[in-house]
Amino acid sequence: MIWTRRGRVITYLAMTAGAVILLFPYYWLTVMASNTTADIYAYPPRLTFGGHFLANIGQVFARIDFFGSLLNTVVVAVATTLLVLLFDSLAAFTFAKYRFPGSSVLFGLLLATFVVPTQLAAIPQFAIMADLGWVGSLKALVIPAAANAFGIFWMRQYCQSALPDELLEAARMDGCGFLRTYWNIAVPVLRPALAFLGIFTFVNSWNDYLWPLVVLIDSHHVTLQVALAQLNGLYVKDYSVVMAGTLVAIVPLIVVFLFGARHFIRNITAGALKG
Amino acid sequence: MSLLDAPGATVVTAESAAPPRQGRRGRYLPYYLAISPFFLIFGVFWLYPLGYSFFVALQRWDGIGPMHFVGLENFRFLATDATFWHSILNTLLIWVMSVVPMTVLAMLIAIGLNSTIRFTGLYRIAYFVPNVTSTVAMSLVFASIFSGQFGILNWVLGLFGVDPVPWLTNPWGIRTAIAVMIIWRWVGYNAIIFLAGLQAIPDEVHEAARIDGAGPVQTFFRVTLPLLRPVLLFSVLMSAISGMQVFAESQVLVGNRGGPEEAGLTMVLYFYNQAFYYNDFGYGAAIAWGIFLVVVIFAILNWRLIQRPERRRAGEVAP
Repeated sequence: MIWTRRGRVITYLAMTAGAVILLFPYYWLTVMASNTTADIYAYPPRLTFGGHFLANIGQVFARIDFFGSLLNTVVVAVATTLLVLLFDSLAAFTFAKYRFPGSSVLFGLLLATFVVPTQLAAIPQFAIMADLGWVGSLKALVIPAAANAFGIFWMRQYCQSALPDELLEAARMDGCGFLRTYWNIAVPVLRPALAFLGIFTFVNSWNDYLWPLVVLIDSHHVTLQVALAQLNGLYVKDYSVVMAGTLVAIVPLIVVFLFGARHFIRNITAGALKG
Repeated sequence: MSLLDAPGATVVTAESAAPPRQGRRGRYLPYYLAISPFFLIFGVFWLYPLGYSFFVALQRWDGIGPMHFVGLENFRFLATDATFWHSILNTLLIWVMSVVPMTVLAMLIAIGLNSTIRFTGLYRIAYFVPNVTSTVAMSLVFASIFSGQFGILNWVLGLFGVDPVPWLTNPWGIRTAIAVMIIWRWVGYNAIIFLAGLQAIPDEVHEAARIDGAGPVQTFFRVTLPLLRPVLLFSVLMSAISGMQVFAESQVLVGNRGGPEEAGLTMVLYFYNQAFYYNDFGYGAAIAWGIFLVVVIFAILNWRLIQRPERRRAGEVAP
């Protein structure tokens, strides 16, 4: 497209203005987290960073088991991500490259599971967890999420375009069995796809709220999201403390995201255009 | 099942891939084992619960004590439950209030990203990062931004001479606040998707339009937009699915009851309330099936909207 100089300047200004508005809540969060509650409620409001962040965060640590819930969240997110990567890629590789009795029907069944709304299963899932004695346990978060249809579907598409049959044929000639072909041939080729699915799963697991809220009820082992909601519920008046907790809770995930951002964003669009 | 015979789906048959000494069944065993985790987990934690949830919906049950069979009473009550209908209305209103401005804004951002050359990586990250930030955390931040007395938004509006808006105590204020949070979270995501769609359009198409004397605005509405149709539909469908599931925004912003006049009470929040706050599992299960029905109807409506113009276009091409 042909752009005049003025048009170009206006475009950059508008894009920057949009980004500033979108990022403003992060700035405002940091301002609130580093001031006192009185500053937050002041009129006109204080618009700059204050020096109370350490005092606020100290209050957070004193009131909720922040590091405990951080650890729980990390354990759940890492365990879920590793299991999803293993199970989804293995199933995707099999569906993409091998044919066996019932394979099309089973894959069709897998696609059909997309339409199952999650909350429909929440009550009986809770009952199952109660029967298993998993209520309040982190297992209840990890195991049901350990494999999913989206990941298998997405990964299968990737397998089909990235794994040429010649490569698998060559591996077979060299005497590689199914598992060795998967591990030594497929996994290295699928690394970019695994990276995307990994970040995607990790982010979703980290931010999950409804199910942890339900299944970790009356438990001391809560995740960060539930802990944040509790902090807000119990200490509404100390808003700066709540904000300090919120700030510390979102930073790790943003750091993880920034590491893989370019790759992640590219793959999000790939899925949309193919799908 | 066009997905199953997509191009590139060439397949190594098991006959050639498996060692010959194994029996017919053993030959396929690794493949079944490889796909079994998903089907095991799905069966135990999703499929079985679905049947079970219908059974629960026929009971009066607090989740701990004995069940009392009540037949279809929960469903009968659901059909006439004004609060449930209200929650459907709220969910749809919030969806419309978010999806329309979001799509327009996302398109503008995508056009902006498509015509900038420098800093595009930075812009993309900046616009995308809300999508990966915790909904609970940011709902807490937005609760402060929208606060009636002390909120920064009202302060900024005041600078322009606008009287304070009681965002979180007024039904439309609540819905607006929730819609804004949804827009904030998803606008960058959709912009990135639209951008990919824009970049997939060959330059020749725009060139041809320009030679035919179309201005930039005309080109956009007559050429670019129709070509972006599949991408737009994907985005609307995705937002419809997530729009029916809104929960955390409402719950954190206005609480379990949905705030004044229950304006923020979405379907899933009502479900959560009845099942896990009031421990009425039987009625909760009935609500879950009600939500399922709404989602299915909504999906069919969306699908028909997608299908119809395609058919019309196909009809035009046919002799």
